Amino acid sequence: MTESESVANAEDGTKIETTAFDPRILVFTCNWCSYAGADLAGTSRLQHPPNARLVRTMCSGRIDPVFVLEALRDGADGVIITGCHPGDCHYVKGNFRAEKRFNFLKMALKQLGVEEDRVRLAWVSAGEGEKFSLLIKDMTDKVRELGPNPFKPASVKSI
Amino acid sequence: MNTMEEPKIGVFVCHCGVNIGGVVRVPEVVEYAKTLPNVAWAEENLYTCSEAGLASIRDAIKKNGLNRVVVASCTPRTHEPLFRATCEEAGLNKYLFEMANIREQCSWIHSQEPEEATTKAKDVVRMSVARARWLEPQEEPEVDIADSALVIGGGVSGLTAAASLANQGFQVHLVEKDPQLGGMARRLGKIYPTLQDSSEIIDPLIKTATSNQKIRVYTSATLKDVSGYVGNFKVALKRGTEDVNFDVGTIVLASGSLNYEPPKGAYQYGVVKKVVTQLQLEEMMKQDKLAEPERVLMIQCVGARTGEVWTYELSDMKQSFAARLLSKILGAKKEEGWPYCSKICCMNAIKNAIRIKELWPKAHVDILFSDLRTYKEYEDFYRRARALEVKFIRYVREIPPEISETPDGKVNVTVYDTLAGVETQFLCDLVVLSTPLCPSKEDVMLARLLKVPLGPDGFFMEAHPKLRPVDCQSDGIFIAGTACGPKDIPESIISANAAAARASILMANKKLKTEALTADVNTDLCIGCGLCEELCPYGAHKIEGGKSRTIAALCRGCGVCAADCPRHAITMRHYNDQQILAQVEAMMAY
Repeated sequence: MTESESVANAEDGTKIETTAFDPRILVFTCNWCSYAGADLAGTSRLQHPPNARLVRTMCSGRIDPVFVLEALRDGADGVIITGCHPGDCHYVKGNFRAEKRFNFLKMALKQLGVEEDRVRLAWVSAGEGEKFSLLIKDMTDKVRELGPNPFKPASVKSI
Repeated sequence: MNTMEEPKIGVFVCHCGVNIGGVVRVPEVVEYAKTLPNVAWAEENLYTCSEAGLASIRDAIKKNGLNRVVVASCTPRTHEPLFRATCEEAGLNKYLFEMANIREQCSWIHSQEPEEATTKAKDVVRMSVARARWLEPQEEPEVDIADSALVIGGGVSGLTAAASLANQGFQVHLVEKDPQLGGMARRLGKIYPTLQDSSEIIDPLIKTATSNQKIRVYTSATLKDVSGYVGNFKVALKRGTEDVNFDVGTIVLASGSLNYEPPKGAYQYGVVKKVVTQLQLEEMMKQDKLAEPERVLMIQCVGARTGEVWTYELSDMKQSFAARLLSKILGAKKEEGWPYCSKICCMNAIKNAIRIKELWPKAHVDILFSDLRTYKEYEDFYRRARALEVKFIRYVREIPPEISETPDGKVNVTVYDTLAGVETQFLCDLVVLSTPLCPSKEDVMLARLLKVPLGPDGFFMEAHPKLRPVDCQSDGIFIAGTACGPKDIPESIISANAAAARASILMANKKLKTEALTADVNTDLCIGCGLCEELCPYGAHKIEGGKSRTIAALCRGCGVCAADCPRHAITMRHYNDQQILAQVEAMMAY
């Protein structure tokens, strides 16, 4: 919900529901870098939109493109795969594999007509809390512009 | 898949004082959790990690017969071990525990939005409960550790590590590719800072190695094959025509490094005979082949701190990195040099300068440097050289000294002295280039053989530069000495003893609990395509009889194979497809 669209109720302080679109963003994080980066954003109290939901795996190399496709089919408006920076992978080179698969996934998504900005790959180290925070903010803004995921089942609510 | 009884999940939502409770409406989250399928118990705690909180988890497990536990609190990176231990105390396998992060990733980052934070906390709890439903108990298998070690390299580091291990009672196999033991130190004359003869250090080490009953020395031997895993390595050597095979529990990699030789023509090296490297000067002095010079000039940082810093290719790193590295090493004569500071050259040059001054007080010694790095107590060493009238002249790397031969057989060096602001000429009898230690081309083959990574500068890479400086990425393999970067003799001895100590911890324990999160191949689905074998960075997959087999002791649990298997035949324990997809699906609210 953006500032202009939410109106504070003077009496009880709660916000009045508007129909503004608030995207639901799934973030895959690797245990060693990106999840720690997300934690650092937290310990640094870096405020960012409450639209992201994290799923932790041990390595970005664990992310099967099928997970992303399933997430889109289930109704996620955006998906981010995050991993350690190239050369920093805890498992030597899992992130390279993640990137390779991501490139294939992008081709598949293009054929399906999914907008390019809906699915993203980003490297976030354990020290990059700010980068993680900005990534979520940027992704939320971009996906909000794109509008709801066209594959979203009607029964799925936005946030 | 899940053969256990129906999941009975307990959810514990933590206030964390006001950290979570001050933003997220915790009681509402608890009430919400109670509505989720399979949740048999939900409660709130002021601090779940307090003794009272942990006791309530234990009580709830026993009273309600819980077989899964979800704690919604802080990050699993700090508190998961504590909660897992609590579950174990109550008789629950620790892998049946799941954590929902509603502090770092919720209340702390949405502190001005209690409404949204509460909604998100509910979502996160729902996702964790969905995952918990699919959790399975896991066992941490134990492997036996053989009480013998392979030490690769018979230099100072290798000999030190071998002696240390043998003195602890372990059988040691020491492999050296040269006919003689001693490595680089054998070629050195006096060593800094004590100026004692290198033989005073290396000879006792060699004597220990050759006389110790526990150490078997193989010289002129090459490593043919190393297979197996921590505790159970199978080693094949070739010594002449003879094949030697043995098993070891651990490996200490002390293969050392080379002294970089500049390309022909650089600083007139290889063109003018009187331009030599520090190592060549060392050998000349050791063999008394150096006649009294009038002037010796040394140039620092030749081939070091230069050239491009390597970065990994983003695509297809496996081939291109190794290929690039090999071409870098084989083709080093065409390259400018190495990107790093070799750390020992400043002290080494000063040592040789002092040696020349002490032998021939009338000789002039000048050292051209761009930055002089005499760290620790070596500052005194530098002062000693100054007191002996060794001259230090600063040049900038952008304006390298010009070198030419004069008709009377001397070497003319012209350099811009940045401190004096003038161009200065020197007529020298000898020009000595201080070149860095660099990785050898055998390292590439060795890295492949042992399946351990090389760092961006070509040296063997440690598991963590700060926390695990002598461990390799692969369990049971340790790095000593200059194999992982330039070191002087004291530092090599320190790292060799450290590596030996790390190896002996494994061998003294005799058993090792290995990763529970390993890959598991469903042989009914496997078609033996070999993709997993090719992709696994640890060599944990092997195609045998047309089917893939996981060597659990080698698997580190990254899950690359599970994501890539075209038949979905590989299950990644604790992060299997159902567990991840359940979480993804639960992210949506209906």
